[in-house]
Amino acid sequence: MIVKEAVPERVQTPLATSGLGAERIAYLDNLVSQARTAAAVFSQFTQADVDRIVRPMVLAGLEQAQYLARLAVEETKLGVMEDKVIKNMVATEFAYNYVKDKCTVGVVREFPDRNLVEMAEPIGVIFSLTPITNPTSTVLFKCIMAIKTRNAVIFSSHPKAWRCCSEAVRIMYETALKHGAPAGVFTCLDAHTLEDNAYLMRHKDVGLIDVTGGPGAVKAAYSSGKPALGVGPGNTPVYLEKTADLNTAVVDIIVSKTFDNGTICASEQTVVIDNEIYDVVLKKFADLNAHICTEPETQLLERTLIDPRTGFAQPMAVGQRATDIARFIGLSVKPDTKLLIAPILGVGRAHPLSVEKLFPVLSVYRAKSVDEALKVCIDVNHAGGLGHTAVIFSRNDEVIRRFGEVINAGRIIVNSPGSIGALGGVYNDLVPTFSFGCGTGGGNSTTDNINIFHYLNIKRLARRTQAHMWFRVPNQIYFNLNAVENVRHFPSRSTLLVTNPALEQIGHVDIVRRSIPPQTHVHVLVIPDAEPEVNVVMQGVEALNFYQADQIIALGGGSVIDAAKIMKLKYESPAADLQELAAPFLDLRKRVVQYPTEKTNQARLIAISTTSGTGSEVTPFAVLTDKGGGRKVTLADYSLSPDVAIVDPQFVMSMPKALTADTGIDCLTHALEAGVSSYASPFTDSNAMQAIRLVFKYLPIAFEHPHDVEARSMMHNAACIAAMAFANASVGINHALAHAFGARFGVAHGRANALMLPYVIAYNAAVPTKFMPSPYQQGYVAHKKYATIADLLGLGGQSIEEKVKNLVTAVERLLHQLEFPRSIAELGITREEFERAIPDLTKLAFDDPSWRSNPRMPLLSELIELFWMAYQGRGVPQEARGLQPQAG
Amino acid sequence: MATIAAWVKIDEACAVEGLQEAGEKLDGAEGEVMLDLSSLRRIDPGVLQALEAFANKADEKAVRVVLRGVSVDVYKVLKLVKLASRFSFAT
Repeated sequence: MIVKEAVPERVQTPLATSGLGAERIAYLDNLVSQARTAAAVFSQFTQADVDRIVRPMVLAGLEQAQYLARLAVEETKLGVMEDKVIKNMVATEFAYNYVKDKCTVGVVREFPDRNLVEMAEPIGVIFSLTPITNPTSTVLFKCIMAIKTRNAVIFSSHPKAWRCCSEAVRIMYETALKHGAPAGVFTCLDAHTLEDNAYLMRHKDVGLIDVTGGPGAVKAAYSSGKPALGVGPGNTPVYLEKTADLNTAVVDIIVSKTFDNGTICASEQTVVIDNEIYDVVLKKFADLNAHICTEPETQLLERTLIDPRTGFAQPMAVGQRATDIARFIGLSVKPDTKLLIAPILGVGRAHPLSVEKLFPVLSVYRAKSVDEALKVCIDVNHAGGLGHTAVIFSRNDEVIRRFGEVINAGRIIVNSPGSIGALGGVYNDLVPTFSFGCGTGGGNSTTDNINIFHYLNIKRLARRTQAHMWFRVPNQIYFNLNAVENVRHFPSRSTLLVTNPALEQIGHVDIVRRSIPPQTHVHVLVIPDAEPEVNVVMQGVEALNFYQADQIIALGGGSVIDAAKIMKLKYESPAADLQELAAPFLDLRKRVVQYPTEKTNQARLIAISTTSGTGSEVTPFAVLTDKGGGRKVTLADYSLSPDVAIVDPQFVMSMPKALTADTGIDCLTHALEAGVSSYASPFTDSNAMQAIRLVFKYLPIAFEHPHDVEARSMMHNAACIAAMAFANASVGINHALAHAFGARFGVAHGRANALMLPYVIAYNAAVPTKFMPSPYQQGYVAHKKYATIADLLGLGGQSIEEKVKNLVTAVERLLHQLEFPRSIAELGITREEFERAIPDLTKLAFDDPSWRSNPRMPLLSELIELFWMAYQGRGVPQEARGLQPQAG
Repeated sequence: MATIAAWVKIDEACAVEGLQEAGEKLDGAEGEVMLDLSSLRRIDPGVLQALEAFANKADEKAVRVVLRGVSVDVYKVLKLVKLASRFSFAT
């Protein structure tokens, strides 16, 4: 029997509510008010309360499955009663099987390893539109979902399925109420108009619109401004590939396409069949009572079943039997015909049967190759089926994968029936549903099978995580006088000794060579005593390759050791791109650029430091000057850390006074900045504090008495210990300021640090204008740590403020003892010159990665202020003379 | 200064009746009435309806209603149904 206009035309549903009278609005408001109250009351229910209600509802649905199916068919005149029974049972039993053990109240999921907990918050009032094609099953399913998630639902059924839907709602509601659900949890509009729907879709107390229906209703829901789950039509392409099990495929397609007379929108629409099996497949369809249409018969179907104005299928055919459709259009078929199969030659308006047909008419296409088949499937997919469902029958995994890649469908069903497969839980492990999310392709917000988790707000309780920290330094550090002799313990066939001219001249190279085992071939590479340039590094790499070195000994200050680190990197991993490796990063563990781990060569790096400041012998940093590119490149990675560090004071005994002071203050700055760094840890603190103590005690002695072996030795140790701290906790704003200022005015790094240091301590100790996000610290601790340092140095003071002030004074006094200039002005830089430089200095300092671990986030204005303070200089040092560090 | 006209303890077992009785007392009340809801662990639609009726009557009589001993769960329900703003809350 053909029912005319059983499904409304696909037109956009207007959201106008102007047609509603006051009485109707009061009625609708009252429905929402009841639902809101019910949802509010429901929010107090526990998981056990909810589960106690769900189970009897499911049983009631199962008991009434046949009754409701009969009602649906009688009222809608669509589909097959027996199949609707199955749908009602799937909607209850399969849905229950999925949700019964799911947590939907309180904590729903826990991720202990991520310190995350997910908690459920009900939505409140859901306004739900249900379709004519699956009326009672959709209602049963949504009622169970709603109770499981503690929501209230107002149903608006299709006008031609109102009676069966109302009955389904009644059965669910009465059962729920009997088992403790709040009154008003389900309501059903007495009758409805588009204006009613528009009003409810925009009602302030409706939390979610859930539409299962035509594109007009879906579009209206999405246009309402409310959160919506809108699930509409599809156009399911099927690829029947030549390796498939043809018997299974043909039966599955018939099962699916004839199920409830094809009313499930995931059912097969166009089957694309490989040429090699095309005739066999059609024969198999025919053997199972499918009618294969001739060309004129196909043209008849096109003329009668597809609306030539819209290009969509005629609503009158929806959900009808194949024989009824055939009789209605005047097509002669056998009485037991299940399915009408119409061969088509393409997809689109010129091939009317390539659209969605929610009745047992299937179009088929003969494809001459896999590529052609995939392209036709893509065409069908894009002809109204985007995001919905697709099906493939094949035993070729590669073809299945390609199909999955090129087809945009939320559900790609493999070797099983499309309609029942998409429902989930029957032929596969998809989530059971009666609403198919179609993603953005279908104008939907999800591609999921709609289920309980779409009826919940998921709250995430994110506890503070204790991020893993580290303390990484070379695993062998030799120190004290003549520590260089330990070099003999490292066997090597070929060693490249990298140094600078001065060290070679004063005989340090010879000292090292004497400690190298005699069987080792030693090659000396002398490089300039300046920050290494790319060409210098590449010379070193050439030498390493030429001598096939298995060991590098870097003898020098920071420049030589940095050069050797980069030579090793390029020697071991020639493809390493230094510019790329220097890319900025915020957190070492999350950096974008990774250092190479695959090595074509391997060489041990032994670093022997000849200054007591940079600590490069234990740090993972290296600075490279790229004169061609006009910039400095800072590399940072623990793979750069030397394998062995030698801290032998004999190499620093001849350091000039100024160099002793500069490098000593660099060491102090490293320790102070690592001590208050946002990356500081108990491991780095212990090193930082010890280094500070050693500097205050021994730097003045090493400065005044350069030949004092103990002072030199302790300062050499202090530099290494401070470097171990900042290698793991990094530095701070002092270094950012000093890098900018030193580079612009050609001032030595330690000297530039000294000019900034007292102001930076005072700055970091004050309450920050802007706090630095610092997951590793508990609150703001910089001022307390400075106070601890003051205590360690025995500087006295009662309050934290007093102790910080004493520390600043002690630093100023030390700088005075070391004969540092008191201000930038004292360096002969005029105020005008400095003022002109300030914008560049500020920019450079702010771009410098050093401050990222500073305890206080600097504002640009604060950087300017700090520069000016350093320019104007510190106060009279006499006031500090009474403060002698007491610590031994 | 407002005087407390009435102090009524609402029992969970007969909350609706309690509220209705309290509503009757509003006729002669002035200033403020305090409802003690400390025995209510949960609230159902009937009690909500009775509370709303009570609030309406109190508004008519210009009586301020103070709720005491409201649990967090019940307070959330009052917020969800937008009734919380009709009352004052005492700890």
